[in-house]
Amino acid sequence: MPKNPNVKRVMVIGSGPIVIGQAAEFDYAGTQACRSLKEEGVEVILVNSNPATIMTDKNIADKVYIEPLTARVLEQIIEKEKPDSILPTLGGQAGLNLGMELEESGFLASHNVKLLGTTAKTIKKAEDRQEFKDTMEKIGEPCAASQVVESVEDGVAFVRTIGYPVVLRPAYTLGGSGGGIAHNQAELESILENGLRLSRVGQVLVERCIAGWKEIEYEVMRDCAGNCITVCNMENIDPVGVHTGDSIVVAPSQTLGDKEYQMLRSAALNIINELEITGGCNVQFALHPSSFEYCVIEVNPRVSRSSALASKATGYPIAKVAAKIALGYTLDEIKNAITGKTYASFEPALDYCVVKLPRLPFDKFITAKRTLTTQMKATGEVMSICSSFEGALMKAIRSLEQHVDCLLSYDFSDLSREELLERLKKVDDQRIYVIAEALRKGIDYETIHEITMIDCWFIDKIAVLVEMENALKGCALPEDACLGQQTHNGKELSIELLKEAKRLEFPDNVIARLTGIPEETIKKLRYDNGIVAVYKMVDTCAAEFEASTPYYYSVYGGENEAALTNPPKKVLVLGSGPIRIGQGIEFDYCSVHATWAFAKAGYETIIINNNPETVSTDFDIADKLYFEPLTPEDVESIVRLEKPDGAVVQFGGQTAIKLTESLMKMGVPILGTKAEDVDAAEDRELFDKILEQTQIPRAAGGTVYTAQEAKEVANRLGYPVLVRPSYVLGGQGMQIAISDEEIEEFMNIINRIAQDHPILVDKYLQGKEIEVDAVCDGEDILIPGIMEHIERTGVHSGDSISVYPANTISDTVKEKIGEYTRRLARALHVKGLINIQFIAIGEDVYVIEVNPRSSRTVPYISKVTGIPIVDLATEVILGKTIRELGYEPGLQPQADYFAIKMPVFSFEKIRGAEISLGPEMKSTGECLGIAKTFNEALYKAFLGAGVDLPRHKQMIITVKDADKGEAVEIGRRFEKLGYTIYATRSTAAALREAGVRARKVNKISQESPTVMDLILGHRIDLVIDTPTQGRDKSRDGFLIRRTAIETGVNCITAMDTARALVTSLENAQDQFTLIDIASL
Amino acid sequence: MKAFLILEDGTVFSGTHIGFEREVISEIVFNTSMAGYLEVLTDPSYAGQAVCMTYPLIGNYGVCREDMESKRAWPDGFIVRELSRMASNFRKDITIQEFLTEQKIPGIAGIDTRALTKILRKKGTMNGMITTDEAFDLAAILPRLKEYTTGKVVEKVTCSQKYEIEGQKCSEVRKKRVALLDFGAKDNIAASLARRGCDVWVYPACTGAEEIIADEPDGIMLSNGPGDPKECTQIIAELKKLYDTDIPIFAICLGHQLMALAVGADTFKMKYGHRGGNHPVKDLKTGRVYISSQNHGYVVDTQNLSPQIAVPAFINVNDGTNEGLSYTGKNIFTVQFHPEACPGPLDSGYLFDRFIEMMEGKEEENA
Repeated sequence: MPKNPNVKRVMVIGSGPIVIGQAAEFDYAGTQACRSLKEEGVEVILVNSNPATIMTDKNIADKVYIEPLTARVLEQIIEKEKPDSILPTLGGQAGLNLGMELEESGFLASHNVKLLGTTAKTIKKAEDRQEFKDTMEKIGEPCAASQVVESVEDGVAFVRTIGYPVVLRPAYTLGGSGGGIAHNQAELESILENGLRLSRVGQVLVERCIAGWKEIEYEVMRDCAGNCITVCNMENIDPVGVHTGDSIVVAPSQTLGDKEYQMLRSAALNIINELEITGGCNVQFALHPSSFEYCVIEVNPRVSRSSALASKATGYPIAKVAAKIALGYTLDEIKNAITGKTYASFEPALDYCVVKLPRLPFDKFITAKRTLTTQMKATGEVMSICSSFEGALMKAIRSLEQHVDCLLSYDFSDLSREELLERLKKVDDQRIYVIAEALRKGIDYETIHEITMIDCWFIDKIAVLVEMENALKGCALPEDACLGQQTHNGKELSIELLKEAKRLEFPDNVIARLTGIPEETIKKLRYDNGIVAVYKMVDTCAAEFEASTPYYYSVYGGENEAALTNPPKKVLVLGSGPIRIGQGIEFDYCSVHATWAFAKAGYETIIINNNPETVSTDFDIADKLYFEPLTPEDVESIVRLEKPDGAVVQFGGQTAIKLTESLMKMGVPILGTKAEDVDAAEDRELFDKILEQTQIPRAAGGTVYTAQEAKEVANRLGYPVLVRPSYVLGGQGMQIAISDEEIEEFMNIINRIAQDHPILVDKYLQGKEIEVDAVCDGEDILIPGIMEHIERTGVHSGDSISVYPANTISDTVKEKIGEYTRRLARALHVKGLINIQFIAIGEDVYVIEVNPRSSRTVPYISKVTGIPIVDLATEVILGKTIRELGYEPGLQPQADYFAIKMPVFSFEKIRGAEISLGPEMKSTGECLGIAKTFNEALYKAFLGAGVDLPRHKQMIITVKDADKGEAVEIGRRFEKLGYTIYATRSTAAALREAGVRARKVNKISQESPTVMDLILGHRIDLVIDTPTQGRDKSRDGFLIRRTAIETGVNCITAMDTARALVTSLENAQDQFTLIDIASL
Repeated sequence: MKAFLILEDGTVFSGTHIGFEREVISEIVFNTSMAGYLEVLTDPSYAGQAVCMTYPLIGNYGVCREDMESKRAWPDGFIVRELSRMASNFRKDITIQEFLTEQKIPGIAGIDTRALTKILRKKGTMNGMITTDEAFDLAAILPRLKEYTTGKVVEKVTCSQKYEIEGQKCSEVRKKRVALLDFGAKDNIAASLARRGCDVWVYPACTGAEEIIADEPDGIMLSNGPGDPKECTQIIAELKKLYDTDIPIFAICLGHQLMALAVGADTFKMKYGHRGGNHPVKDLKTGRVYISSQNHGYVVDTQNLSPQIAVPAFINVNDGTNEGLSYTGKNIFTVQFHPEACPGPLDSGYLFDRFIEMMEGKEEENA
């Protein structure tokens, strides 16, 4: 069936800010879909509140609105742009919910706008728990015994009929928010109450617990003619009970015979046909481990994280094909872009094994529970491809960048057999390491299987790796072994053994650690014996057809397939690895833009990355894609083959920067700012010298290695001081200390992770925090704009509300900032991007931090100023000057609108995480508010972040003494807005004294009703709770904040944020100015 | 133990010996199914061939004997990247290693199966030898490889005498009786019919048309099977006689090719065939695309086929080759792919229902 001619203007809804459960995969899907639509001559109107995305670029869509994703805003955009259709299935759950809301309200019908892709009826059938269950029953697909409940009482009554444990799944929530497993009535009541609140429709599915069954997923495509295919299936190594986003996943399924595989495949097709989905869809099954019994867990009638993974795992571009299907094409009319010969109506055949590991944020949230449940906690993921499962697992582990490189990386050797058996019961991110240790201690497969329910096949694969560890342990070099050296017990690192170790993807450094042979010697031994990685192609068809897409993965043993090209110029772009707090989608944005800019300049581009969720790992972004870990060894293997003329590291965040030294050793020139200059910015002493030279003031401080030294420096400077490790991202481990005791505590935490670099102790200055991104060509600089943070220093820049243009600093300060930026960029010989953070106190400007590389704010500032700084930086790196690029150097003219970046957090997903803001970054994403006035921009920014107030007009204030003064002012303003204010004793007193009516409420420890009861009463809009100085030790504050977050109540922990919020509410409005970013 | 795979073009792969220790010369083909290795090994159509699995991890769930598609394994050799030492499945009877040894199938593991597949794709299916003889003499072996032909393999794989499979009682309607000509039939063909309430009488491949007609079946099923269809001259002659009756006929794979040859069409050998579970076939009547299970190296040439005799009913979406014929004015339809699946997708199982409807005369009413 050819394209539907009535579809000319399509509105695509994005997924909004990155939160846990809804991450970069939707930028990938959305970008691919928009390009696919434009390819068909369709005009694309894009709406997404997330400025860090590639999909919101002007070359991706015709009209781009970075506006809050609410029905109200979408209605206004529809009225303005008059699209004929709307595509809601690419923006994750957020986009789908909005599409549904507009359809259900009748707005779409009254404006003649059609829902493309899948109908509202279908979405409802798949998403509404009861309708879904009824539909499954009708077509004979089994679901676990379950009931949709709308009250706790109904839930308790139902569970009496099916028994504990039960799984609870709230309807219409992201990443399983608010779900969980209840083993008894108390747990049931607690989870259910929370889940009911979080569900958009107040429904929770209570279901027979099938924990321990195999969890199998199918990615299915269907067109409007009813043709169906499955793109791939995936098996979760962690059985049902762990959210698939937090599971180790393997593709294709490994432990299913053809009978099981086809049974579930047919069921998936049966379901997608009955639901009449057109486009992509994900079906999750639970399969009984020792029978053919299965249950349908859920269906996602849209592209998803799993579909992004399936696309990267198979090479089949699901979003692209889904977009074409939405336009009316059938699968047999759509070409397979990978082979260019075959069609989309086939099923990919894999001739390799894919492993996905979740990137969990427990390094950021050290107080959080590491337990994995049905609620997703991962911020990102890595994928690896290899011809063996063991190899893929090893590659995935080292791709995580969490100081892990093999199954010995978490040490459980001190646990006894009994302790290990107990530890195995804990389902957390360290479970595979515990299994490895259990195997080392001789615990048999069956025992491990019975506890973990992980299939013995996977346990055996872990055993293969453990056996290799043992084989390598204490091996001598062949020649040393010949000499009969006693220490090695005659064990020899034979070439055969080394080959096998490399086949299993043991990195050289791990082999070195196990054998005691230097890493360099092992590398040489490998090279001398031709043991090198070769590259195989991901071609969707297991080599059955010729493919021209250079998408590669490495294996040891066999023929190299990577096409040897010899273009005039070849550049290596290093990606940024998994999405984590502090290094998010922004860096993928930069990598992709740099790649495009290099391509435009005539370079052959090569990307190395391992994140399946991103645009950079789409098959047609770079000339060649290597899906590989970003470690020196893995990169070196590619460098040896490709011999690039240079590498750029300044766009890939800390991941790429960390590889600089290794790249130089390999003889690869670093394009742009030199490595030693990057070092100079990070090395305290070198940097101090530069500041002295350039006469730029900074907070006094010192470099330390031990707690003793730290205390000495702190006492010399006077408390409070800022303590932080160097060379880290997102302020990881950064803390404000007010006493010697706190220094001790923080140094302990910092030193828990391996520290090769010194720790910095600085005097803490309180002032306005200012941030600039600039391009420097070696001489001139270009500053697109100055950003000012609403929160005072002390809150990490990534967690602050950022305002462009800066509106409260004087022209003198702006000039100083421009001048300091120029001096610093020149002193550091920056060629390309530089990011600097300043503190302004009165007319004085101090520098806090300099990063001679791209930063988190690059996409944001590029979009709101219309100055494409990544492209400019790339051109500069290639030798152009800023003037040659058509720009007058210096600070660019200020915009006549405001653009405010608002951080977005995922605290509700991480049980036990401390939510108060501080120097360590905690946000997972961001959104933008853009408008003619500051106040409207601020209102939109809060709205985009999901703060849609007022609702009940009741709030709680409980602040530390130092904040009481400000609390009065803010409280008064909330009171004026009609808010009823509850406050704890001393805050209430302060408020009353100043004439603000406040109702006193008891602390948690006091008698009911307490502040906790109030929050749990569901009638509170907002909690303002500022923790006491330093790290909050009061369980009260922590509990209040956690309860608020988990109850879905907005919780603010900084007075500046609170003030901004009240300002925005005072300026709430219904009509918005809508700004098309593409026209800036 | 070391093993070698020596190809007709002189390429030598060196790997590890698996299975039964025996030197073998065979035609080397590849299969892209990611699961279903046992069904592949027990599909009689692989007689005279050694199969390379493109999926690298084989044997993961061991061998469940009830999944066998015939009484024994048929390929001359088995070529894999990695054979799992762990067989994990609740139905597992034995491991793949044990099975290969028991079935006397030699094989090789640890080779770059993707490189091998690419050679076969580029140069076409070719013959090869699997040997454990480290001192092999390439110059002496290559002429032997070139000489090898699969020959008349149908005779080897067909049943020796007629037998019956009782159909399940599905409805009040009288059970249909189907005569299944076994050219190397996979068990699931008869099983698919029996599940739908047909009594299946299975005949050896060389059974004369008269004998079948005399048994008065409601329909005739022509099975899959190995080898070059043109070798089966005697069968083709008998099929012509069956064509001339009014008995409804449904044919799969080799059966489809033989019926086409019986009515004067031609077949030719494909460069490297279709073997796997992911091939899209399009039903030309409805425009619907189904994912099919496939295993064939020969294909019917429809170019000179008169529409008066038969018209294409299915084509392969990837390469446009013929995947099925509908016989004009006859109750006969034939497909190149495998609606009985095993291994592979179950999407085209509805064709057995169509056959039953045809036997019930419904198809005629529709026409």
